Amino acid sequence: MSTATVHQTSGPGQGPLPGSGEPDTAALEAVFDAAVAADERIEPRDWMPEAYRKTLVRQIAQHAHSEIIGMQPEANWITRAPSLRRKAILIAKVQDEAGHGLYLYSAAETLGTGRDDMLDKLHSGRQRYSSIFNYPTLTWADVGAIGWLVDGAAITNQVPLCRCSYGPYARAMIRICKEESFHQRQGYELLLALSRGTRAQHDMAQDAVNRWWWPSLMMFGPPDAESAHSSQSMAWKIKRHSNDELRQRFVDICVPQAESLGLTLPDLVWNETRGHHDFGAIDWAEFRDVLAGQGPCNEQRITQRRQAHEEGAWVREAAAAYAGKHSGVRAGTEAAA
Amino acid sequence: MAAVPAEAVPTLALGDDALVLSHRLGEWAGHAPVLEEEVALANIALDLLGQARVLLSLVGDEDELAYLREERAFRNCQLVEQPNGDFAHTIARQLYFSTYQHLLYEQLATTTATSGDGAGPLAALAAKAVKEVAYHRDHARQWTLRLGDGTDESHRRMQRGCDSLWRFTGELFQPLEEGGPGTGGLSRPAGDRPAGGGPSVGGPGVDWAALESEWLASVTAVLQEATLTVPEGPRRGAWTAGAGRQGVHTEPFGRMLAEMQHLHRSHPGASW
Repeated sequence: MSTATVHQTSGPGQGPLPGSGEPDTAALEAVFDAAVAADERIEPRDWMPEAYRKTLVRQIAQHAHSEIIGMQPEANWITRAPSLRRKAILIAKVQDEAGHGLYLYSAAETLGTGRDDMLDKLHSGRQRYSSIFNYPTLTWADVGAIGWLVDGAAITNQVPLCRCSYGPYARAMIRICKEESFHQRQGYELLLALSRGTRAQHDMAQDAVNRWWWPSLMMFGPPDAESAHSSQSMAWKIKRHSNDELRQRFVDICVPQAESLGLTLPDLVWNETRGHHDFGAIDWAEFRDVLAGQGPCNEQRITQRRQAHEEGAWVREAAAAYAGKHSGVRAGTEAAA
Repeated sequence: MAAVPAEAVPTLALGDDALVLSHRLGEWAGHAPVLEEEVALANIALDLLGQARVLLSLVGDEDELAYLREERAFRNCQLVEQPNGDFAHTIARQLYFSTYQHLLYEQLATTTATSGDGAGPLAALAAKAVKEVAYHRDHARQWTLRLGDGTDESHRRMQRGCDSLWRFTGELFQPLEEGGPGTGGLSRPAGDRPAGGGPSVGGPGVDWAALESEWLASVTAVLQEATLTVPEGPRRGAWTAGAGRQGVHTEPFGRMLAEMQHLHRSHPGASW
C-alpha cells in the first residue's frame, strides 16, 4: 500500500481531476502498472485504466448475478429436503448465497456502477451469470453434487481471486471462500451419506455426479486458446491462472475425493508422463449453447428472477415512499434523543 | 409411528407451529422482492426450524414427527399453514404470529424458570427463542409500517392481508394443554403429570387471557401506526377456533405436507 497516496488521483467512474491541466495518462498508467507489478491492491479512489474498470465491473457483476441465480437450483429442494437437519443446512446455504450476492454488488459499486443498473442488465440479458446454474436439480442428490462439484469448482476458481489486484474484490473473496469451503464439505458429506445409504440412495448419488461432472468442468471457461479476456486479466493480476490450469487442478483434486465417496467420475485416466489425470473431451458445443441462452433452464431461471423483481416492485416503492414520508421525522427524533 | 402421549401435545403444538411457518417462509427463497429480504426471510425460517427441531426432539424423533405424521396428527394453528400470498400477506401472518410467539415465550421463559419444577428444557428453549422472536416481530412491524404507510397500493395490499388472516388469530389463545384445547388451561399440578413422553408446557401455566389482551393491544398499536384499520370480523371464525390444535386443518395444508414429506416417505428407513 506504500504508493496508495501517490495513485489516488480520481474517483470511481470519473476522469482525471478537473483543473489539473492536461491529464498525464502515461504517468498515471506507470504508477498503476508499478502498483500491480508490486502486488499492491488497487483501491476505489485510485486511478485505473478504463478497460481495467470495465473488466472488473463485468466480472464482479457476473459473479454477483451467479450467486443470486445460483439460489434457484438449490432452493428448488428446500421444501422437499428429506430431514430437518438437511433442510436447515440448505436454508443456511441459500441465505449465504444471497449474502454473497450483497457483498459482490457492493464490491462492484465501488467501481461506479449501481445495483439497480446491474440487475437491469441481468434481467435484460446484457450481463451474464455462470452457465452451471442453467442445469436442473432433478433429485435430492443434486444438492450434494452442487455442493461438492459446483462449489468445489467455484472455490478452485475463486481462491486465487483472494489475491486479485483490486482490493474490494479480493476482500469480498476472502469472506466468500471461507463460507464456500464450508458448503463444499457439507455437499460432500451429503453425498457420502447417500453413497453409503441404501442401493437407491447410492444410485441417486452416482446419477447426480454423472450429470454434474461435465457442466462443472465447463465452469472454468473455454480452453486457453479461445479465452478472450484471459491474457489481459492475467497481466492485470485480476486472474492468476489460466482456465485449463485451474480445470486440471480441479480434476486432480476430485479424483481421490470420488474414490473415498465410493462414486465414479466418467472418462478419467492417470497420465504418468504428465503427472495428471487425463479427462475426456468436453462438449464445447453444449457450453456455447448454454451461454447463448439455449441451456435446459436459461429461460426458467431468468423468468423467475425477473418475476421476483417485477412482483416486488410495489414493495420497494412502498419502502421508498415510507422513507420519504418519515425520514424527516426520524432525523428529528434522533436529533432530539 | 408411535402415538404422541397426551402430556407432550402442547410441546408438539409449539413445535408444529415453528415447523410449518418455517416451511412456508422457505418457499420464498429465490422469490423475495429485494435481496435483503432473501436474507431476512431465510434467516427467520432458519430460526423457526431450529426451534421446531428442539421442540419436536423433546417429544420424540424430529424426523419421524415431521415426515411420517399425516395431516390430522399435526397440531399447528391454522394461521401458520396459510399460503404465502403476496409479500403483504406474508408480513401480516408474520406480524400476528411473531407477536403471539414473543408474548408466549416471554411467559414461558419466566414462569417455567421460576417455578422450580417446570424449569426444564422448555424454559431454556423459550429463553433462547424469545430473543430470535423479538427480531422476527421487529421485522414484521417495520414492514407493516412501510407497507401500510407506503403507497396506496401497498396500503391496500397490507390491509387485505391483515383482514384475510384475522379470523385465524383467535385460535392462538386457545389454551394449549394435554389432550387438546378448551378444557381449562395448560397448568396442571406437577405431581399429577404422567411420567415420560416429553415435558408439558405447564409449570404454573400460561395466562392465556393476559396473552390475548396484550396481543390485541400490541397488534392494534402497530396497525394504527401503520395507518391501517384493525379488522372488524370475528377472530374465531367457524372451523378456525381451536381446530388446528385438534388436527383439523385448512385445505392447502395437506398439499404442503405432500411436498414436504414426499422424498422422506419414498425411502422408508433410509437415513440422510
